[in-house]
Amino acid sequence: MNFLERSTKRPSYWRVWLTFARNSLVREMSFRANFLITLATRLLWFCSMMIFFKVVFLKTRQINGWGEHEYFAFMATGMIINSLIETFFMANCTNFSEQIRTGNLDFALLKPIDAQFLISLEKIEWSVLSNLLFAGGLLFFSLHKLGIHFGITEMLAYLGFIGVGVSVFYSIMLVLTSASVWMGRNRGLHEFWFYVTVFSRYPRNIYQGSLGLPIYYLLSYCIPILLVVSIPAESLANRKVYDPHLAIVFICASLACLFISRLIFNYALTSYRSASS
Amino acid sequence: MITRIRVHWTILRISIEERLIYRADFALGTLLRFMPIVTTILLWQAIFNGVSPTSDSSKETTIDSYRFSDMVSYYLLVMLGRAFSSMPGLASGIAQDVRDGTIKKYLVQPIDLLGFLFWSRVAHKLIYYLVAAGPFAIMFILCHSFLPGWPDAGTLIGAIVALILGFIIGFLFEATVGLISFWFLEVSSLLFIVMMLNYFLSGHMFPLDLLPGPIRSVILFLPFQYLAYFPAKVLLGQLTQGELFQGLVVQVLWVIGLFFLARFLFSRGVRRYSAFGG
Repeated sequence: MNFLERSTKRPSYWRVWLTFARNSLVREMSFRANFLITLATRLLWFCSMMIFFKVVFLKTRQINGWGEHEYFAFMATGMIINSLIETFFMANCTNFSEQIRTGNLDFALLKPIDAQFLISLEKIEWSVLSNLLFAGGLLFFSLHKLGIHFGITEMLAYLGFIGVGVSVFYSIMLVLTSASVWMGRNRGLHEFWFYVTVFSRYPRNIYQGSLGLPIYYLLSYCIPILLVVSIPAESLANRKVYDPHLAIVFICASLACLFISRLIFNYALTSYRSASS
Repeated sequence: MITRIRVHWTILRISIEERLIYRADFALGTLLRFMPIVTTILLWQAIFNGVSPTSDSSKETTIDSYRFSDMVSYYLLVMLGRAFSSMPGLASGIAQDVRDGTIKKYLVQPIDLLGFLFWSRVAHKLIYYLVAAGPFAIMFILCHSFLPGWPDAGTLIGAIVALILGFIIGFLFEATVGLISFWFLEVSSLLFIVMMLNYFLSGHMFPLDLLPGPIRSVILFLPFQYLAYFPAKVLLGQLTQGELFQGLVVQVLWVIGLFFLARFLFSRGVRRYSAFGG
């Protein structure tokens, strides 16, 4: 292969991602204490939420069709999705505004690889993935208590819906990240993210009545934040409230979110390039 | 005396000007803080709907003597309490200053760090109340059907004192945690743990009345309840005059105790300090 062929050869995205994964893991393993501290702090947050809902279920039988163990399965699903987002995307998106401020984004844009891929996936926080252990444990415990025996099909559907949920959250995060190009001092992404995802923290069917219904329709059919955790959890642990039509809406809306977020991100980069040149 | 007042006034004025530079960011942040209350109201509505019906169907459903309207009022009043007692970025700011050496300027100039930070926070809160007054008023008007009526004069004065003392306790506690960075440079994980415990123990997450008796008794010995739970209980009219007075006295004691602790940690920390970074 000559120089021209080497310079025009497209990189293997899979091999590049593996390199990111390996580098991030080496970096995290260098700070073992930090790894353990992250584990401990996440466990503490997990326990406090468990305590709250344990107390709640001492006082009530159900939360709009969600009994105690169904609800804990819902919480476990939410933890799984948020862990995946924080592991693979949060640090990169948080870093984007810093890259703009320092000018390092210019170097990222020069690389012969898709900018969205590079900016979204360079750093992986493996320590956060430890949440999956707690969440998985809670999920299987809840399913056992509910007497739910799931097969391969149900588990694949659940994991598929998890992936759809992650893609919706990723799309929203990408749009918030892109806003860094236009906003001088962007509010910390972590705080903004908290306010965006607060709606997904509870089952979609608590959004009822004159206050809840507008939120339900907006955040189910337009930006499907309410469906991110609800649909996967319902498909596995609470079939009596599961709606297959809404699941189809969920999948279609997530594809639209991915497409639109990419458009916005590319538009943001165009604005950045024209401003800095 | 006059010089000290002039210094404090200058710090206050500069801090207010600094806050006003990022008006849009400040206003957006204020608006965002009201979003979780909507989900909280809907969640508790669903929780109350799931409570087993009592034999007396004429009585309104309660959870530990809280009706649904009381629960909503509680969370609204906790928001008010936290508007006084929350100190975002205070502890982490002190830790950052110690880590990168910026704290040196407080040691070589005749400015007391804790005094400077205190008046900066007063400035931050004044601007925050100015910006947040409108959204708070709208929220309380929209939810007026949930709220109990205006408290009597004595209770209202007690509540205002409780909120102000809550501000001072919140400041002293967060400053104390930040001062630990003189001994442990990396405190971000500790800060996260403290923030989370604060969220739970202050009654911000849920009313402490819902906890089993022995656990509740232990938690009520700690200062955290005065950051959210106690002022909310005062304004809900759920405390007797005696309980209100006792609570205020204990708040004053915590203020004095935390003040001396913060001063002690600062003087010991400065003695130990060597410049990192900078």
